[in-house]
Order: sequence, then structure tokens, then C-alpha cells
Amino acid sequence: MGMHSITVTVNGEKEYLEVPSHMTLLQMLREKLAITGPKNGCSAGECGACTVLLDGEPVNSCMVLAVEVDGHEVVTVEGLAKEGQLTPLQQAFIEHNAVQCGFCTPGMLISAEALLKRNPHPTEEEIKEALVGNLCRCTGYIRIIRAVQTAAEKGGA
Amino acid sequence: MGLYKSKYTAKPLPPVDLPELRVVGKPLRRVDALAKAVGKTVYAGDFSMPGMLYAKVFRSTVPSARIKRLDVSKARALPGVACVLTAEDLPDGKLVTDIPGQTGQKVRKGSLTSVLARDRVRFVGEPIALVAAETLEIAEKALEMIEIEYEELPGVFDPLEAMKPGAPIVYEPDNIVARWKIRKGDVHAGMAEADLIIENTYRVPFVEHAYLEPEAGVAWVDERGVINIRVSTQVVEHFRSIAKAVGVPQNKIRTIGTMVGGGFGGKEDITVEIFLALLAKHTQRPVKLVYTREESMMSQSKRHPFIITHRTGVKRNGRIVAAEIDLVADSGAYPYLSPYVLLYAVVMATGPYRIPNVRVDGVAVATNNPFTSAFRGFGGPQAAFAYEQQMDAIAEALGMDPMEVRRINYLRTGDTNATGQVIESAAWLEETATRALEALGEKEPDRGSVKIGRGVASYFQSYGRITWLHDTSRAWVGVELDGTVVVRSGVPDLGAGQVNSLAQITAEVLGVPLDQVTVYSTDSALTPLAGTSTATRQLYMSGNAVYQAASAVRKVLLDRASKHFEEDPKDLDMAEGRIFVKHNPEQSISLAEMAQICAAEGLPLSNLALFRAPFTDPLDPENLQGRVFPDFTFGAQAVEVAVDTETGEITLLKSVACHDIGRAINRAAVEGQIEGGSSQGLGYALLEEYVMEEGIPKTVTLSEYLIPTSMDFPPTKAIVLESGSGKGPFGAKGIGEPSLTPAAAAVANAVADAIGVRIHELPITPEKVLEALKRIK
Repeated sequence: MGMHSITVTVNGEKEYLEVPSHMTLLQMLREKLAITGPKNGCSAGECGACTVLLDGEPVNSCMVLAVEVDGHEVVTVEGLAKEGQLTPLQQAFIEHNAVQCGFCTPGMLISAEALLKRNPHPTEEEIKEALVGNLCRCTGYIRIIRAVQTAAEKGGA
Repeated sequence: MGLYKSKYTAKPLPPVDLPELRVVGKPLRRVDALAKAVGKTVYAGDFSMPGMLYAKVFRSTVPSARIKRLDVSKARALPGVACVLTAEDLPDGKLVTDIPGQTGQKVRKGSLTSVLARDRVRFVGEPIALVAAETLEIAEKALEMIEIEYEELPGVFDPLEAMKPGAPIVYEPDNIVARWKIRKGDVHAGMAEADLIIENTYRVPFVEHAYLEPEAGVAWVDERGVINIRVSTQVVEHFRSIAKAVGVPQNKIRTIGTMVGGGFGGKEDITVEIFLALLAKHTQRPVKLVYTREESMMSQSKRHPFIITHRTGVKRNGRIVAAEIDLVADSGAYPYLSPYVLLYAVVMATGPYRIPNVRVDGVAVATNNPFTSAFRGFGGPQAAFAYEQQMDAIAEALGMDPMEVRRINYLRTGDTNATGQVIESAAWLEETATRALEALGEKEPDRGSVKIGRGVASYFQSYGRITWLHDTSRAWVGVELDGTVVVRSGVPDLGAGQVNSLAQITAEVLGVPLDQVTVYSTDSALTPLAGTSTATRQLYMSGNAVYQAASAVRKVLLDRASKHFEEDPKDLDMAEGRIFVKHNPEQSISLAEMAQICAAEGLPLSNLALFRAPFTDPLDPENLQGRVFPDFTFGAQAVEVAVDTETGEITLLKSVACHDIGRAINRAAVEGQIEGGSSQGLGYALLEEYVMEEGIPKTVTLSEYLIPTSMDFPPTKAIVLESGSGKGPFGAKGIGEPSLTPAAAAVANAVADAIGVRIHELPITPEKVLEALKRIK
């Protein structure tokens, strides 16, 4: 199995890593860097629990190879809050009880973050569309959508 | 057909005296939310240990076969493989599939199964061998090197077929897993008295839990020789069954539960625990096992498919005089909790109605399908799908308003249900149903081929376990010398806010802010056993246990403070971390100071409490007359749908759920349960079916098995009523399971209301709509 040396910025930290060809970005984060915020719900890009930002765009990290992120920037749920300051989205998720079991939350927050960066004042329909790839089995999405609306009202992601 | 009126108005609620509380009932931020929002919560699959091995499970690919040859020698010889285990390595490897022995109940006959299949497999996905290796890749490679030859045997995949003489026997002695009967009154006389008899058969499919977190755990043997299992589970008490299966004493297994990434009953049965314990014991190294999504869906339990036939005798005035109900449940390849799920469905089969003459016959039948077990509602949603459509069918036959038929027949406090159990708490059936319908507002008009319909479904659902299981919960509460509070409870948190509720109750009783309470939970060795996070029991059981423990500590503090202030303890109160004199709140002392005084005098600042549910003896399964449950939650859901009669497409327009939850401990969490339960129920109604073909599962990924996404349904409006009449702390009832129960029936009734023909089978798909429309053309 071929190994590759890559350089990647994860949550603002530059990392130099040796990764096998077949290793996914999700595996790299969880196993090489012990960043376990992104979750493995399906390994097939169907649940969205592993969503991270790759150069600002939301991707299913289980569907991206680690070698592909060489020279790029990755942000996970752990990288959203800066110096202990929660983002408006994180605050809104907590305030609206948009979090139940929490397993989908890391991916949900990342997809919502990307949405608000791209479109600071989304309609309800645009929020639903942005989150359609992030499954949640606990909440019925109602409070998640409300939290995104609140964060948008408070000035974006 | 337009059964429903276009507008409903609810009557005022009966007066209720609910004391204002300081912490309970407030929509406070949950104590677990922050860590989840920053990615700090550590789930079972997030743990790693030095020197850890990775495990995989070798599973059957055929639904019914004899294992002719199993050869693991090549897998064992693969470099990097630490251990391969088969049934040969586990002489006593039996798994108790009965409810966990938390209360010392005897193991029910027929509930033992093999941990690993020895010579026979009965469903696709049945575990046969375990591998532990240095890396996941090596473990996967080793699985490929296991050689197996099957002699395929005839299987049976339909419960009705399985009951016929000559059907293949799934396991001895026959395919009957359980039977329960209700005999109340004289059903023949009742039917003779009826003006009309309405008969319908309803069918519901296999359904998958589809929690986002696949089953996961890590096990290791510690310096005491104790096998520790850190696992995502609803039941830490499984340590006893695990000990039996692994062949070690019960005090040599410790289960440490993590935050569960969704359970819904699917993590009520043992999942990875025994496999992990066996591998850790054999290798004496830490071992991790995480199921893949496909493995999770293929090998774990499903909601029971049921075939339910109602024969209801009614008078012209709408009064139900007799009901005959037959239920057949597909138990799958092993019993697991089928006898209990069937019992729930049988007890709730009549719905929340006063029916003097009742015959119910329920049977759970073994097949070579995946095993079926607990799933939120536990037989209740299946029963409700049938009984609530039957109510509308009765209304239609009588030409009456469906709400009127319900109103005439609703159970009221003091009535007895079909098993003769007296309804002791408020039974706000009309109150909830009319509020749900009222909140739908004015009905939209039809738009050409798009027909608009609305439907309601009432329900009753137990909270707390079957009373002959003698359920208990323990909790420990202590005050530290700085006035902060510690709670210890074995409660597993499934994300519904189980831990948070205990914190809020404790904060209320001891008069401290919520952030002053730290809860340690879910450790079979270090936290007092609280019982399972199942059966909508934790708020009722552990809420009461924590309430008792906190109240005992409160008494110590107030008794001592009464000396300090020279006031009667009754005239003292606790709030915001202080003890004060009620008529003169200036006269106060901090909890910290009082705790220090008590400590210096050797007074107990902690308490371990045990809460007992009502205990009863088992009922006669031939008639089931007596108490089965501690109490019931009552509520309703109403929906409005648009059905395109050309395409069959169903669009949910509005959804309102109204439940009497007794008392909300955390209102936001209650609403979250109602919204989420509704979403699962609406998925059950319109989307979800775990498809089996001759024992082969066809929907084992999340792209094949569809659960609701953010785009599928409008929000369900939650209306929370508080009768204060529940048996939980502060008059709370339970809402975890009940929130799902009425949704599918409400949708079915709305579709029938829209198109004038009833669909008796879930899920209600466009194909079924078009077929139904053909029937009436």
C-alpha cells in the first residue's frame, strides 16, 4: 500500500502526515489526528455526519481521500469556535435545543456554517435544501432549522 | 369523503393546580448541549486505547441453513490476527435475549440463543465468528479468509405461513414465540347487541431504527481482572447477561455507557458487548468493534410487522359494544423482546376506548426474517395504526363525525381499559384531539385532482415497565462543601435529555442553579443502577429516585437550618444556593456554609434512594385481567394532507401533536421529543419499509432505506398540556415513546378523508394510493 506525505491545515494548525492511498479524510481526521468531532454514520456519503469544510466548502469527509487534501484547508466542528467563543450557529443550536443525541450535530453545524457564509440570509427553503444531506433521526429538523434562522438573524455564521 | 368537519374548537381544559417551580418546567439549556455543539462529546466509537485490536464479525449470508463446514484456520494464520473465535471456543456461549435481569426475574423459557451460530443459521446477518486483529484492514482480510459451506434449508418468511402445519420450524418446538389473550365481558353477547359490525385488516412492515450512530464499543481487561466495556447502550444492566455468556462472575464485567447516538429501542438488546468481552478476555488486550451501516441495518433488530384484524360491534348512536381483535406479529429468527412487544400491542389493541366486551388474541411467530424487538412505541404504534383507522371506518359506516365517535367512547379517569386496569391519571383524550384538530385551522380547499384531507389519531401508551417486572431505580445525590451538587445515576442518556432531567429535578429540590449540578451516569460499577432507558421509564423511575434522594438531603439540611434559624423546617426554603426563612428571606445562609456545618457535625450530606414502581403478580395469559402498567400517557395528532389523485403523490401540509405530559421538566426537551417522535411516525406513515425478499434484506443502506430529511415534512407543531396527574416527579408522565405513536394513523385517516378510500397498509405510497383509487372506480 502506497504511503503519501501530505501537508494540510486542519482547524488552523498545519499538519504533516503520512497517509496510505486509500485512507479517507474522515479516517485521517479521526485516526491520525484524534479529531473525532466528524462522525462515521455510513461511510458512503449518505448521512452527512462526517461533513467538514474543505477550503470553505462542505464535503462528506468519508468520500474524500486524505491525499486529495494535500495543500488544502480543513475545518471540523472543533474548529468553529475561536478562542472559546462559540459561533452564532453553535449558540443558536444550544439555545433552541436543536441538539438531541448530538451525533449529527457536527456535520449539521458545518453544513449550516457553509450555507450562512455563502448566503447570510437564507429562506427557510434554502436552509432545508442546504441541510438535506445531513440526516437527523432525533429532532425532526424543526429546531435545527429554527437555530439556523436565528443565527442568520444575528449576523451570519 | 370529507369525514371531518372543516373546523374544530376545543373546550376549555379542566382546572389544574400546578405549583410554580423555579427550575423544573423552564426551557433551560440542556447540560449536555454545549459539549455536543463543539464536538467534545465522546461517543463509543470515538475511544481508542494503546495496543488496541480491531474486531470484525463474520455473519451468515443465507437465511436458513445448516453449517456444513466452518474453517477459520487460514484466518487464524494471517499475520496480524490476534484471535478468531467460533462457537467451538464458547462451550456455554448463550445469550439471554429476554429483558435484562435487572430485577432478578427468571429467564423466560426459549429466550436463550447462541452468541455465535454453532451448526445452524436462521437469518441473514447472524453472527458466526469473531476476529480481532492489529488493524481493521487485517481484520477485514481475515473475514474474507474464513471458509464456510452451507446446506441451505427451507425457510419461512411470512408469519401466517409459519403457523401452518408442515411449515419449516425456525426453532423448536414450533414457530409460536408467544401468545397473549384478553377476555373481558361477553363478546358474543356484545356482538349480538350491535347494530353494525365493522371488520378490517391492517398491515405494517418491518422498520429500521436508523439511528445515526452505528453500534460501537471498546473493551479491555483491567488490573482487577474486570472486563470493562465502554459501549453505546440503553441498558448497562446487560453486564449480568454478558457475564453469563462470557462465563465470568457478574462482578467481573463492567459496562460504561457513553452518550448514545440515537437508540429508539435498537440499543436495548445487547449489540457488540459480548463479542468485545470475549475478544478482550481471549486476547487480554483492548479491542474495538464498530459496526458498519450495512452491518447495523442487516444484523440488528427491526420494528415488528403486524397483521391486525379488527371486528368491532357498534350501536347506531356510535357506542362501541364489542371488539374482537386478532394480532399476528413477525418475531423474526429469535425471540428477543417479541413476547413483550406483543403484550403491549395486545393491551393497547382496543385503543383508549371504553369497550365492555373484548376478545383479543395475539401471537408472535418465528420466521427466517431479521429478529424484531424494541422500537420506540413497542407495539403501540402498530396497534394505533389499526385502532385509529378502525375508529374512522366506524364513523364512516355510521355517517358520523370521527371526533364524535371518539368522544362517545373515550376512556375517562376511573374507567377500566381492556385488561380491567383502572385509569388513575387524567385521560385528556378529547382535550388533546380537539386541540390538535383546532390548531390545523381552516381546511384548505381541493385543487382539481389534488384532494385535501385531514385526520386525527388519539392514543394511549404506557410509561414505565410492565408492573410484574418489579421495576426499580436507584440514585445518589450529595452536596459538596462548596454548595455544589453531585448526582450519580446509572441512567443511559439517549439524547432525549435523560441526564438533564435528573439535573433539573435535583436543582429544583436542593434550590441550586442548574449549572451547580454535575451528573455522573451510566456506569454499572460506579453509579447506582437505574434500570434501562427504555419503556419511557427513566423520567418516571429515575426522576422519582433522584427526587427521593435529593429530598432526603434537603431534609437533613433544613432540619439543621431550622436549629440555626430557630424556625420550623416547614418555614424554610432553598433557592439560588441559599437556605432562607420564607417569611423573611433576608434571613438566610448559603448552602455551602450549611453543608460545612452538617459535615462538621457528621450529618449525612448524601443519600442513596431506591424507587419502586407498583409491583404486581403476572396475569393469566389466557385472559390478562388486571394491572399491566403503572400508568398511561394520552394524546393525539392531527394532520392535513394533499393527495394528487393522478399521480398518487401525498404531501403533508400540516401536522399538530398534542400530548398531556403531566408536567414538563424541561419544556424545550418535551417539545423536541414530540417533534422528533412525530418525524419518525410520519416516516413510518409515508416513507419507511425495511424490505425483505425471501429472507434477504434489500434496504441496507441509507440511500435504500429512506428516513425523513429536512425537506420531507413541514414542522409538527407541539402542544404541551400539563394535567399534573402523572406518577413521575412533579406529576410528570412520559413522552419518549408516545410522541411517535399516533402519527401514522393520523396520516392514514387524512389520506382516506382526502380520497374516499382507505389504505390499510404502511407505508402509504403513491402506488398504494393509485391502487386504492382503482378499487373504487
